[in-house]
Order: sequence, then C-alpha cells, then structure tokens
Amino acid sequence: MAAPPDRLRRPPLLLLASGVVAVGLLVLPMAALLARVSWSTLGSDLTSTVALDALRLSLVCSLWATGLSIALGLPLAWLLARVEFRGKSVVRAVTVLPLVLPPVVGGVALLLAFGRDGILGRPLFDWFGIQFTFSTAGVVLAETFVAMPFLIVTVEAALQVMDVRFEEVAASLGAGRWATFRRVTAPMISSSLIAGAALTWARALGEFGATITFAGDIQGRTQTLPLAVYLALEGNERVAVALSLLLLVISFAVLVALRGRWLGAVRA
Amino acid sequence: MVGRGAGVSLVADVDVRLDAFHEDVHLEVADGEVVGVLGPNGAGKTTLLRALAGMRPLTGGRIVLDGQVLDDPGRGVLVPPEQRSCGLVFQEHLLFPHLDALANVAFGPRRRGASKSEATTVARDWLDRLGVADLAHQRPGSLSGGQSQRVALARALAIGPRLLLLDEPMAALDVTQRTAVRQVLRDQVAASGTPCVLVTHDPLDATALADTLVLVEGGQVVQRGTSADVARRPVSHWVARMMGVNLLTGHVRAGRLDLGAALTVPVTGLSDGERWAVLAPRDVVVTPYGSTTPARAVGDAEEGTEWSTRVVSVQPTGDRVVLGLEYPAGLTADVAPRPPDGGRWSEGMAVQVRIDPSRVEPFAPPASGARVD
Repeated sequence: MAAPPDRLRRPPLLLLASGVVAVGLLVLPMAALLARVSWSTLGSDLTSTVALDALRLSLVCSLWATGLSIALGLPLAWLLARVEFRGKSVVRAVTVLPLVLPPVVGGVALLLAFGRDGILGRPLFDWFGIQFTFSTAGVVLAETFVAMPFLIVTVEAALQVMDVRFEEVAASLGAGRWATFRRVTAPMISSSLIAGAALTWARALGEFGATITFAGDIQGRTQTLPLAVYLALEGNERVAVALSLLLLVISFAVLVALRGRWLGAVRA
Repeated sequence: MVGRGAGVSLVADVDVRLDAFHEDVHLEVADGEVVGVLGPNGAGKTTLLRALAGMRPLTGGRIVLDGQVLDDPGRGVLVPPEQRSCGLVFQEHLLFPHLDALANVAFGPRRRGASKSEATTVARDWLDRLGVADLAHQRPGSLSGGQSQRVALARALAIGPRLLLLDEPMAALDVTQRTAVRQVLRDQVAASGTPCVLVTHDPLDATALADTLVLVEGGQVVQRGTSADVARRPVSHWVARMMGVNLLTGHVRAGRLDLGAALTVPVTGLSDGERWAVLAPRDVVVTPYGSTTPARAVGDAEEGTEWSTRVVSVQPTGDRVVLGLEYPAGLTADVAPRPPDGGRWSEGMAVQVRIDPSRVEPFAPPASGARVD
C-alpha cells in the first residue's frame, strides 16, 4: 500500500517530539533567568562594589589568560602541527585533557603543583616569595590551564589544513623561519587564531571550578564574575541574576561573532 | 647531455632514501638550459625538486650550484632553502592568498633586503614582463589559472634565482592557457639564462620546454637525451609510452623488418638481427572497416603495412582522439575526432589500419635488451 506523499515528507513524530523537548531543556533555563531579571534595579545591581570588583577582575584575568594561551599555545600548536617528535600523541592528549577534565580536578591538581606545598609552588614561595593561591596570578593560572586547549586545538587544526608548501615557497624566496611564520603562516591562519582566542577568552571568563579550588574566593583579588554569582545567590539573588545576565550576554556575543567560522564549519 | 665543463651550473647527485623508496638521480644543468624530468606520479620527481630546493636533505650524494656545495651529507654541509636562491613554481601556483599579486612578487625581494619601494618597483617590472601588470592589485582568489601561474612565475623570477624549479607548472591549466603559459615560460627562461629543472608527467610540456629530458621511474634514471632522441630511440616500452610514441619490437630477416605476426616492413641496408621501431600515433592511419576499399585480411597485403583489427579504447584529447588498437597489442593511433565517413569512433569497432613504411624507423635495441614494461 502506497503511503500518502505527505507522510513521506513529514519527519517522524517521535523525533520531532524529542527534538522539541531537547530545545526546551536548553531554552527554558535561559528564559527563566531572563524572566527573573529585575530590570529597574539592573543598573545599580551591576554597579555595586561586589559586581564591579568581580567584573574588573574577570576582564583582567580572562584577558591575561587569553594572552598567555596565545603566547604559550601558539608555539605548541606549531610544534604539534609541523614537527615530528617522539611521544607527540601523548603530548597532544595531555594538551586537550583539560577540555574534558572536571575543572575542580584541575583546581586540585594546580594546588598540588603551584600551591604553597606544591611541587613547584613551595620553591617558588621559599625562594622568590611568589604565591599563586589566594592571588590574582592564581586566577590567571587556573583560567589558562582550563582555556588554553581551545586555542591549541583550533590553531593546530588550521596549521594542519594549511598546505606547508606555502611555507616552502616563502623559504625559497628568502624568508627565514620567523619571517615565514610572521608573513605567511600567521596571516593565513589568522581567522582560526582569532576564533581560538575568542573561545579561549569565553572559557576563561566563565571559569569557576578550578579557580575557586585553587585561587580561593577573595573579593577584589580572586573573586571573578562566576564566583561572585555563586556567592551572591546565597544572600542577594537579584545581583546574582544581574551578573548571570551579563555573562549570558557576553557568551551570546562571542557566539554571534564566531557564527561564521564556528557554526558555519559545522553546517558545511 | 652537457659535459662537466664550463657553463654547467648545477651538478647534482641526488640520493634520497625514504622508507622503502630509494631515489638516485644524477642531473647536470647548464646556464639557460631546461632539463625536463619526466616520469609518472610516484617516480620521485617531486622528491628530486624538494632535495634541490633544500626541503628534503640528501641521504647521500651531493648538490653543487655555481660551484657552491648546497648539500653534502658526507661533509655535513646543508644550505637551508632561504639561502639557496631557488625559484619555485608549483602546479597549484601557491600564491599567498592574503597578499595581492604585486605583494606576492615583492615578497622575495623584500625578504632579501630590498626596501619596500625597491621591492615594489622590481615586482611591477616583473608583472609587466609577464603581461599581467594590470592585475597588480588583485588577490589570488580572483585570478584565473593562467594569470595565477604568470604571477607565480614572476614571483619566482623576481629574486633573480640561480636555479628555477618548476613542478608540473602547466598541469592545472586548460588547453589554451597551457599553450600561452608554455610560451611565456620558454621566453622568460631563455631571457633570464637561469638553469631550470622542469618536472612533469606530460611529454608535450617536456618536449615543448626542455632541451634535455631525464626519464625517471621508481627513483632511477631510465633514459636521458634530447626529446627528439628519446622519442626516436626509447629504451623501453615504458619510455615510449611516456613519450607518447609506439614502440614495436621485432627482427630484420633478409631485408624485411618483421614486427609481429604479420606486420612487416621492407628495409634496406640493415643486417639481420633484433630491431625495434618507433611509430608515431599520428602516422597510424585508421579508417572504419568497409568504408574504403574492401578490407584485406592480415597478411594479404602486398607489404604487411595494412591490416584490420578492432578499436579497444577511445580517448579524446582536445582536438584529436587517441585510439587504442587490438593488434598489435598496445598500438595507439592519433586520429581526427571523427572518422572519414562522418560516424563516430567507438570501442569494439572494426577498423582498417595502414602505416607508411617510410615512417617506421628501425633501430638496434639497447644492449640491456627489451624491457616488456
């Protein structure tokens, strides 16, 4: 018996239903957040001392973390993409591990490495008086640990896709390694570098678990926006909602800015 | 082949081992000479170019350019690519996509210490010489294949290279662009007097551009000589195929060259013995069976230069068609796109084949004997 043409074109009802549930699951919390925003007091909530301290600290730390990720991650991505060495697959696995590692575990690990009693933390403190725990530097370190993989993965993929013969042509024309990188490689992967940096920044901005475990929660020093949100929820829910809205808007802005590169690639 | 005397710029013994692959090629290129390295994919042509450019260090042998040792693993010498002055042109032109045509050409002079304005002047001059000055501010993405290849050539020549390395420079171009770029390449290489190594799998490109051919198979040189010499005296069926000619093998007996079951050609002044003969595909005349005078069976012909057989393959190549014939096995004919009767060439078609005995050039096979493939 021939099925009516309409039924062939219509997607299966079961799939449609589960799709609607999935979208609802993702959208409902955002809608609830927006519904609870106290728009009349939003201005004052966002300019309270706690909020401003957290905002300033978050911007400073996330930008430092992004800068560090580029400074350290870009050379590593280049090594992974261009140089053959023993144990490369292990290095690559270690680099992406923070992507899947629970951030709180990252925080514990950082504590054991860079804490006052840590492997590197103790000599650093004993010899130079450098302390990461309960310090802004600790926040930057935690955010870099968690966010740098985004930069490495994005840039390495771009370097892998790029035809190395462009670099060989540059060399044949007289460009040394650095000139080749600066004049040819970097411009050719610039869009991926920007995308990777934006993702890294967004991840660093939202960092919570590793930061609170490793750097603690001191207003003005280690209390970034996510930490402030979590703490405000206990006493001042209105501020928590206001700060959450701010983070939501920033995340959305990053997504919109990257839609061409990130979502577009998925579509293609 | 050029001797090891004056005027020889490049003397290279390229010995590269890559896992199971072993390349061992000797090359000598004089000033202004174009040496064409001809071989199928995987023959080691690109490895050879990469070794010359400095991207692939030798495992043995030596590369000397203008008396300077560029690579000699035995003595621990290895000059990096950026200090070799080798101009590279690839099939895919590989223009830097973020720079316009002018900046692409200025890239080399700039890296070699020229000021920005000097480099731009040099670049403009080269774009002009290659007839693409009007494209100076176009990005590579908006250039045609032929235009891109001219810009790529300008970029390579703008550094005043000591050696020009061309990797299948015409392979990505269509027929009309190919002819034009070939002409430009020939003129520019001749004008610059730069020694040039051209790597290709296309005998037409090689013959049109190269003074000397080196045929490479499996990393080894199979034959070298001028393209005319190689085409007239291929050392194997493989070389004949690479050169696009038919190689027939046979014997001379009592003034007749016997090239197979019934294909015989009268020859004079040749002693008895093994002889090979080359036959250009254009000299094989094919007509559909029955469209001319009644066909004679093989062997009936007065001289065995006319016979009937079948078409086993039909391959259009631009304005001609190459037919593969059933007998003798592997014989190809280069014919007009349509048979004289106005029909179509088709596989399995019965045809009458005729060759002009004066076009068959017998020669004594190389001492090593026949190689079936």
